[in-house]
Amino acid sequence: MELELRGITKRFGSLVANDHIDLRVAPGEIRGLLGENGAGKTTLMNVLYGLLQPDEGEIRVDGKPIVIHSPKDAINAHIGMVHQHFMLVPVFTVAENVILGLEPTRGLDLLDRRKARRQVRELSERYGLQVNPDALVEDLPVGVQQRVEIIKALIRQASVLILDEPTAVLTPGETEDLFRIMRELRSGGRSIVFISHKLKEVQAIADQITVIRRGRVVGDRPPTATDAELAALMVGRAVELRVSKEAAQPKDVVLDVSDLTVTGELIPDETGNRQNVLDGVSFQVRAGEILGIAGVQGNGQTELCEALMGLRPATGTVRLDGRDITRASPRDRLRAGISYIPEDRQEDGIIKDFSVADNLVLDTYDRAPYAKGIAMDLPAIRDSAKRLVAEFDVRTSSIDTPVGTLSGGNQQKVILAREVGRRVRLLLASQPTRGLDVGSIEFVHRRIVEERDQGVAVIIVSSELDEIYALADRIAVMYEGKITGFRPPTVPVAELGLLMAGATTGDGETADAGAGASVEDGAATEAANPAFGVTPVMTTESVVTTRPADGAADSAGDGQASGDGTDGPDEQAEQS
Amino acid sequence: MSDEVSGPPPGSGAGPDPAPDPDPAPVTTQAFPPEESEPPKGQGLNHVIIQAVTQGSPAVTTTLAILAALVIGALIIAFSNTQVLHEWSTFFSNPGAAISAAWDSIAAAYSALFEGAIFNPHTISAAFNGGSVGAIFYPLSTTASQATPLILTGLSVALAFRAGLFNIGAASQWIGGAIVATYLGFAISLPLVIHAIVCLIGGFIGGAALGWLVGDLKARTGAHEVIVTIMLNYVMYNFLSYLLGTPTALQLPHQSNLISPNIDPNAQLPHVGGPPPQVGVGFLVALAAAAGMWWLLARSTTGFQFRAVGANPSAARTAGMSVARTWIMAMLLAGGLAGLSGAVTIQGTFYSLNFQSYGTYGIDGITVALLGRAKPLGVVLAALLFGALNAGSTVMQAATSVPVDITEVIEGLIVLFVAAPPLIRAVFRLRQARATGMEAVAKGWNG
Repeated sequence: MELELRGITKRFGSLVANDHIDLRVAPGEIRGLLGENGAGKTTLMNVLYGLLQPDEGEIRVDGKPIVIHSPKDAINAHIGMVHQHFMLVPVFTVAENVILGLEPTRGLDLLDRRKARRQVRELSERYGLQVNPDALVEDLPVGVQQRVEIIKALIRQASVLILDEPTAVLTPGETEDLFRIMRELRSGGRSIVFISHKLKEVQAIADQITVIRRGRVVGDRPPTATDAELAALMVGRAVELRVSKEAAQPKDVVLDVSDLTVTGELIPDETGNRQNVLDGVSFQVRAGEILGIAGVQGNGQTELCEALMGLRPATGTVRLDGRDITRASPRDRLRAGISYIPEDRQEDGIIKDFSVADNLVLDTYDRAPYAKGIAMDLPAIRDSAKRLVAEFDVRTSSIDTPVGTLSGGNQQKVILAREVGRRVRLLLASQPTRGLDVGSIEFVHRRIVEERDQGVAVIIVSSELDEIYALADRIAVMYEGKITGFRPPTVPVAELGLLMAGATTGDGETADAGAGASVEDGAATEAANPAFGVTPVMTTESVVTTRPADGAADSAGDGQASGDGTDGPDEQAEQS
Repeated sequence: MSDEVSGPPPGSGAGPDPAPDPDPAPVTTQAFPPEESEPPKGQGLNHVIIQAVTQGSPAVTTTLAILAALVIGALIIAFSNTQVLHEWSTFFSNPGAAISAAWDSIAAAYSALFEGAIFNPHTISAAFNGGSVGAIFYPLSTTASQATPLILTGLSVALAFRAGLFNIGAASQWIGGAIVATYLGFAISLPLVIHAIVCLIGGFIGGAALGWLVGDLKARTGAHEVIVTIMLNYVMYNFLSYLLGTPTALQLPHQSNLISPNIDPNAQLPHVGGPPPQVGVGFLVALAAAAGMWWLLARSTTGFQFRAVGANPSAARTAGMSVARTWIMAMLLAGGLAGLSGAVTIQGTFYSLNFQSYGTYGIDGITVALLGRAKPLGVVLAALLFGALNAGSTVMQAATSVPVDITEVIEGLIVLFVAAPPLIRAVFRLRQARATGMEAVAKGWNG
């Protein structure tokens, strides 16, 4: 089936989200739709899927114009969509989820279920999906849940599949699996629209790449186009594809974590065994270095951050500048010089109804110069807010604007301004650029590196490998609550991928013994592991400067974590 | 900024859209018939009203809610009147009589209500004929006096609400405050002024102790404050009944009724000014409490903490605030305000405590806080409205035999309409969010 969009225009008030977009997807084609967050990719696909009505333009299937008023119409037109946030019922089986919405209105439910099981099994075999129709969805890894969504679309006879940022939640290995499945689907004659902001992935899988910027199609390119060309198209200017930073100059140990364990909350692993959500984690961070903590989301990173901040009870020892703060309250830790950029910005980082100025003093409101006794010093707060808003380029109409009305990037700048706008010893940043556009990412990364250069110890937790590569002076990988290894930033992606999938190497402790002493130490550790067939011979300088070009491109072009920004609408609808 | 290019949430198509919607304008015109004769001006006014309400201006919604409640109250007044009903039975032979009878009964009731609550025109002419000038202000004095305990219980509920807590226990805290203030009022002997102040402080502490208990239970054990406060209301009713039935405790000696001795005159709150116009010191205490609460919430670090915990406990905790301590502090102050309400009522109005004294102040406090949108000034205005309705209702009953209960119906309706802005919008055919279909779909699919 051939799908064609002609002159699709969608306006939100004065905002033109899609401006006369033309897109043609041939049968058996994988079309990459590349664009920054907020470029209009998701809006376009929501128009195609009937979630939004276009103001102008038409949709044609096999040359005939059709009207899509609802997802139901889209399904009838053989268009299927896999949303970024899965729409599955966790306590239902795969088969039950698949037939959800297709249940018979007459006859016995039992028969249909059997048919669904058979269909799931058939599809699973035909496309190598490896999905058990009787498994409970909540027991399945994210990658498999995504395949359930694909089956849902296939069983509704989708000829065109829209995959909205499908790799955001996947490990590198799972991404490879997804690409394999996509190729299988293509050879089965189906077309796929693959939405992403990640250059590398689009180049790897798409037959043709359409780049969208500010609601307009700015170019069609073959996958052989260079990173620089695609990035420039996407952003609208030549992009500085790497974070420029000097080699780290690690000094004294600032944070010393040993055997940190979060008990009481257990997560099931693949085999159904239950274990500590954070299990005996030990590491050190020195002043002037960035430790990147890599790992697929949900492997204990959140708990690690919360335990470090005193927000979650934990055993083990945490020392800041040699002082034991294991039992200290969050407030005491903040006062001892820890800054925290929480993972869930909207939930933990800001108070949406509060003004920008109030949010800028959220954790310093009761200290000089913002408070005199129990009275808040409003002029001081306002002066400081004006200064920070200017310094951190927060785009807001005024400091009294509720912070919830700002864009994601500007909300993050408010948090960043609050947390690094004061003198700190340790900066703990979790997913600092998730959902931000390229410009904001550059800014946030630059500020984080500046902090490091001023002698702050920095921990970056990110599920985005590009971000880890861009920032980290040393990488720790977490899997199922444990650190599975420490590596220098020269480590190949494949090796990190293995560690992220749980391949332990037993050298974690050894590597960290030389914590931050120098990058060579890490490299040496790595060289001692020929299992990965890597023998990097690099000096400290080369670590920074000779990083693979494509990796560098990604760091700027697509370090935007899971792309939640684009999906603001979806996300908010979900929350409401 | 590019974040926003394609980023508006599905529902926002209606929100910030400055363009007037083609649909509702004519429809709204129907809701305001008098304006039909002047379409251009009416259009403009409608547009202003639509803008105000769709953008959620509390003042407009509240005013409309009060208006709607008064209209429904009027219908109830008209159709509960036997005379009017009799006229309506002959509606088809004489429709004019039916309508004018209904109108007369409504006008009589509402003008009596107004005369009892705000001012009575007759007193002015009386004053010119040598009557009392003070009598002009008598209704307003009554309104202020009726509003006093409501301001304080309203502030109590509002303060807890701002910290994210539902204080349903203003009634029990009122009793706690009243018990302590009454006991201190008759059991000890102190000089003028000091005695009254000691009793007020005692009342505050009596209520605060109960509030603290609720907050502490929540902080320690997670016991939900709604359950605890409701249960404590029963505990305190019965405790009060026990105390008032025990001569060694609060009961007036040689009495079988549940009533305490009168408090010492030194402990009583005087009126200032007057005789009318006069205002009870209790009313001034309540206004001072409202001002204090405003300062606390808007200008103090404690208030910032309250608001932060109330708006987003998770972010507050991440920012190093102690959510548990905030809850305890907020409940303690909320209880104190309700306790103060008890003290002020006993010291300023009743002078002794009996088993019916607590009335409905605690529960009405919830209503007042809701109507006042949990803001100090709003609470004062809402309490004054309710005080006026209460003050006027007795006059209305005396003058027109419309039962006082009608004001409770009106109060209930006001709250209903305030609590259900969509209902108000539907009644006045104001603009709905346009993208509802979209939202429903997105919700359905996002689970």
